[in-house]
Amino acid sequence: MSETTAVKKDSYYRDVLKKFTAHKLAMLGLAVIALEVILVVILPKIMQLDPYTSDIQAFGAAPGAGHLLGTDDTGRDIFARLVYGGRVSLLVGLLSAIISLCIGVPLGLLAGYYKGIWETLVMRAADIFMSFPSMILILVLVSVIGPSVWTVTLVIGVLGWTDFAKLIYGNVLSIREKEYVESAKAVGTKDLPLLVKYVIPNAFAPILINFTFRTAQAIIQESALSFLGMGVQPPQASWGNILYAAQSITVLSSKPWLWVPPGILLVLTVSSINFIGDGIRDALDSKVKIKK
Amino acid sequence: MFKYIVKRLLGVFLTFFGITVLVYLISEMAPGSPLEMLMADPMATEETMEALREQMGLNDPAIVQYFHWLAALLQRNLGISYRNGLPVLQQVLEKLGPTLILTLSSTLLSVLIAVPLGIMSAYKPYSAWDYISSGIAFVGASTPTFFTGLIAIYIFAVKLQVLPMGGMYDPGIHTASSALQHLILPCLVLTIFNIGSILRQTRGSMMEVFNEDYIRTARAKGIIEPRVVIVHGLRNSLIPVVTVLSTMIPFMFGGAVVAEQVFSWPGLGSLMVQSINSRDYPMIMGITVVIAIAVLIGNVLTDIVYGILDPKIRESR
Repeated sequence: MSETTAVKKDSYYRDVLKKFTAHKLAMLGLAVIALEVILVVILPKIMQLDPYTSDIQAFGAAPGAGHLLGTDDTGRDIFARLVYGGRVSLLVGLLSAIISLCIGVPLGLLAGYYKGIWETLVMRAADIFMSFPSMILILVLVSVIGPSVWTVTLVIGVLGWTDFAKLIYGNVLSIREKEYVESAKAVGTKDLPLLVKYVIPNAFAPILINFTFRTAQAIIQESALSFLGMGVQPPQASWGNILYAAQSITVLSSKPWLWVPPGILLVLTVSSINFIGDGIRDALDSKVKIKK
Repeated sequence: MFKYIVKRLLGVFLTFFGITVLVYLISEMAPGSPLEMLMADPMATEETMEALREQMGLNDPAIVQYFHWLAALLQRNLGISYRNGLPVLQQVLEKLGPTLILTLSSTLLSVLIAVPLGIMSAYKPYSAWDYISSGIAFVGASTPTFFTGLIAIYIFAVKLQVLPMGGMYDPGIHTASSALQHLILPCLVLTIFNIGSILRQTRGSMMEVFNEDYIRTARAKGIIEPRVVIVHGLRNSLIPVVTVLSTMIPFMFGGAVVAEQVFSWPGLGSLMVQSINSRDYPMIMGITVVIAIAVLIGNVLTDIVYGILDPKIRESR
């Protein structure tokens, strides 16, 4: 109870950390994601995985010697494709969320801080983008530009800006009325340092939370695109495009090793990311008490 | 109330035009034109093609072409499909029905399942019931619809063989009961994905409402518990839930695209995929317009529901 003002900042972050680590599901999610990241990075080197060459002696083979999870219809090793696919799916999810953030946050800042024409433009644009099924817009854009990993990342990223913009817009609206902002302006602080010093730290929490959820959503969107054949193109692997093969009834009914593992990995990954997001949200919410 | 509706409609029109411009710009970026077929024909001369181009208005600047398209649209003419030469509007309207059936039924089912579950979870928070239903909803929302669909087909159509694998009707039997049988799986799959957000929102706002003083007053007055929960509690918590629903409408249509592919459901979603694959831009634009209108109608309806639920909104707007 003898904490001085100097220590106060320190213990806020410790508080947040404590709450996060106490959230069992979030910690579990974090562990799963960390494990996945480590595995997709080191497994290819350790196990000499090759997801591209066809094993001409084994087309659509069941799990067995030489192929941990069997092969797909063109003879490529499924396990290898899963690991390499993990790299792609995780990267696309993360990168596109970053792109959404980089577009949405500045736009939201402009709309909320300067208001006027910016507010109308940005918010109306957000309405337009949000009124339309993003999946369809993504499909159309990707088909126009030509499907590839980078197209997919870019398109999913660009079309995901609205959440961030609206979030930070609301945030800025409430901050700019506060007295410390007024007094900072009164002593002549320029706009940019003001935004950086007062507005952004305040918006940091919801942005982080939204970032995790956005990553999860991006992974789902990429996998759906690849499943439809409009995402990552073979021979490059992604969890979604491995599942593409399951559109055939023979594969679906008689070769479960082909399509069940990538699906399970998708569910696992997305759930874990969502748990992490939940944990961060609970940790940063001052109304939640630390559960012992 | 009337002014409110009019204002909303104006905003809706603006948004609608914005969407059409957006999609038009995107499809303008696309390579390929209706003359591609002709260009492959060795008999076609440059002059013929140029004349045709002029006639089809393809040489006009993009803005002019856009307004031509818009004018045609207002006269209920959505153009001719590049793929099969038939009018776009007719084909789109054919497929609109199935998509609406799928989307509406899954929305209805989602609400019917998620709202009561949410109320019960809020009533007994942190209980086993709460964790189980939230857990199921969570996993449902984390699973891509196509995977849920594949599993559903595997279990019910392949292994157990109780439900059909795809399509909307049994071949030749266009009855309602046949359609209903085919509807079950895709509808269920879409519902599973959507329950999560609705349940979470219902639970959250019900919990907030339960903490309010007027609930305590109602109980103190001796009102029976079910009435307290529904009349006093639910009505006040519905507004955020309706908000979530209205933001989910576009997702419903988007989710339908994937579900229609997996289940070969003959709706706008599969038509869209087909059109994209064949670069059939008039069709793509046509489907976009129709879906945009459907989404906007949905938004206006939910806004009207808002106005009914919350008198404050009626006055302030």
